[in-house]
Amino acid sequence: MLIRYNKAINNALREEMQKDSTVFIAGEDVGNAGGSFGITRGLIAEFGSARVIDTPISESAIVGMAVGASSTGLRPVIEIMFMDFIAVCFDQIINQAAKMRYMSGGQMALPLVIRTQGGAGLNAGPQHSQSLEALLFHIPGIKVVMPSNPYDAKGLLKTAIRDNNPVVFIENKALYGMKGEVPEEDYTIPFGKAKIVKEGIDVTIVAVGQMVNKALAAVETLENNGISAEIIDPRTITPLDTDTIKQSVKKTGRLIIVHEAVKIGGVGAEIAAMIQEDIFDYLDAPIQRVGAPFTPVPYSKPLENYYLPNENDIINAVKKICVGRQFSFASH
Amino acid sequence: MKKIKLKKGEEGLSHIPNEELMSLYQTMVKIRGFEERVSSLFSDGLIPGFLHLYIGQEAVASGICENLSKEDYITSTHRGHGHCIAKGADVKKMMAELFGKETGYCKGKGGSMHVVDVEIGILGANGIVGAGMPIAVGAGITAKTNNKGQVVIPFFGEGATGIGYFHEAVNMASVLKLPIIFVCESNQYAEFTPRETHLPVKTIVERGGAYGIESFLVNGNDVVEVYQTMKPIINRVRNGEGPFLVECVTNRWSGHFEGDPQRYRPEGEIDEWKKNDPIKNFRSILTSEYHIQESSLVSIEEAVKLELDEAEKFSRESPFPNELSTLEDVYA
Repeated sequence: MLIRYNKAINNALREEMQKDSTVFIAGEDVGNAGGSFGITRGLIAEFGSARVIDTPISESAIVGMAVGASSTGLRPVIEIMFMDFIAVCFDQIINQAAKMRYMSGGQMALPLVIRTQGGAGLNAGPQHSQSLEALLFHIPGIKVVMPSNPYDAKGLLKTAIRDNNPVVFIENKALYGMKGEVPEEDYTIPFGKAKIVKEGIDVTIVAVGQMVNKALAAVETLENNGISAEIIDPRTITPLDTDTIKQSVKKTGRLIIVHEAVKIGGVGAEIAAMIQEDIFDYLDAPIQRVGAPFTPVPYSKPLENYYLPNENDIINAVKKICVGRQFSFASH
Repeated sequence: MKKIKLKKGEEGLSHIPNEELMSLYQTMVKIRGFEERVSSLFSDGLIPGFLHLYIGQEAVASGICENLSKEDYITSTHRGHGHCIAKGADVKKMMAELFGKETGYCKGKGGSMHVVDVEIGILGANGIVGAGMPIAVGAGITAKTNNKGQVVIPFFGEGATGIGYFHEAVNMASVLKLPIIFVCESNQYAEFTPRETHLPVKTIVERGGAYGIESFLVNGNDVVEVYQTMKPIINRVRNGEGPFLVECVTNRWSGHFEGDPQRYRPEGEIDEWKKNDPIKNFRSILTSEYHIQESSLVSIEEAVKLELDEAEKFSRESPFPNELSTLEDVYA
């Protein structure tokens, strides 16, 4: 069936709650209000207020509560309304959730999911638009998921809920209205398995979140210039499917990494480092990164448009490294 | 706020069965003995890192945990040895953990500040001040869901009421009506700072009113008072009431950590406190008012010494973990 990204997430929550009575939802406005983006709409009516818990505005206690509930046998799926707000509850994510299993010598398992949404494009301003996945990517002990379409959103969320580790599930607010084909039957998508969104032979483009769609938008221009791009969506950045990326780069010899997060210190830097460490000899050109400038996310439309990486930035990065007789860019 | 005043030798006292009195005494002696032992092993260089000792506060953990079973949950603090021992932790595995040995509770990955025993409801000592409180909120959700009368007790110091966790956790527990008793151990110092410097109120129980919960002030140096105050409160929680706040006023004899020269403390202060030794006081009323035989107390003391000797031997003889185990237990 053809459904939107937001509905796909709602369906995953409902189905997992039907299937497993230990799954519960908690967060600000998730109950009667149905979530500030409507993601949890209708769930309180079906499951009641003991399993769909409206909390005070207390991000630290919400995450802490998930740590306590998950370590004692429940499967909390909590919502942090905007990804920017993880800054408010970083102790519970970094020092508690991520480390409890390790610190306890493997005694504890923490099957908890932190659902949140990030990304720019809705003029939400500097404290409601960030892509902070690199901060989480740096922390051992948590898994980080970034679905780029409705099908992945549903399948990955089901995997997240069934996983026995803390998972940060990062939705993209610009994608909530995106429609896509989603099967009605139960399915899951494994973590750490990248998706080759489009096959190609000249350059590998690794894109995360809504940048997958920007990369797809660049395909036609690239093909008109004789360039066949392979687009890879890692889907989960922790664990990261390094094998699929490496195999692709071995084939194409060129790599571009695209994310809407600030370029400096981003996930792209790690992927680039890993590729040059492991398969340097396969590279025919310097690795390029496309990311946002080193500024907060601005509010005003023209400023935010300038800030967000787009298909032209991707095309320009490809142009820079696809030089030679076989590419028509070279003749310009 | 309710101030409980029980006169020694009067109402209620005679209702404590002898085996519980002996058990209380045994726990207190074990905590004191453990702390003195690890302090000495720390001086000998056999225990590394930071040790925060519980000496002087034994009546609190002992009096409270005597009312709990292994089905109940506690969260503890950086000064957590006493809570863990009182909740039934195995001193061999605790001491081995402090040594950093493979046979420790956390296989040498946690140390003094991270003792965990999931099987008996110890959800962890914690190196972040106040962080156990929201975790207890989550255990409270589990307890409420299980509906078997389980109680959750987060321990914390008066210094931890300065961090937002206190507000968020007590507030959320009150809103959600969770089976939790927040136990504040006022030991008069927040790390190096005396309470009058960082607290604008005379008691922590005054703060309970802000959350609409009943609060109780207890002499935390009197194990009988702690035990008898907590018993009815715990029963009320088992029957569906809660949360509550209890403040136990006590003293910390040792430094913030072992090796802390405590120059910030007025001369003679500790000596003054030592005159009100919770263990000596209890021992004396056990013989004078409860007519417990001196020989019974001596045999408890000897048995504890033997248990600690064995724990020390076990810890010394246990192997260090294989260095490759560094890489294990990050994910479930």
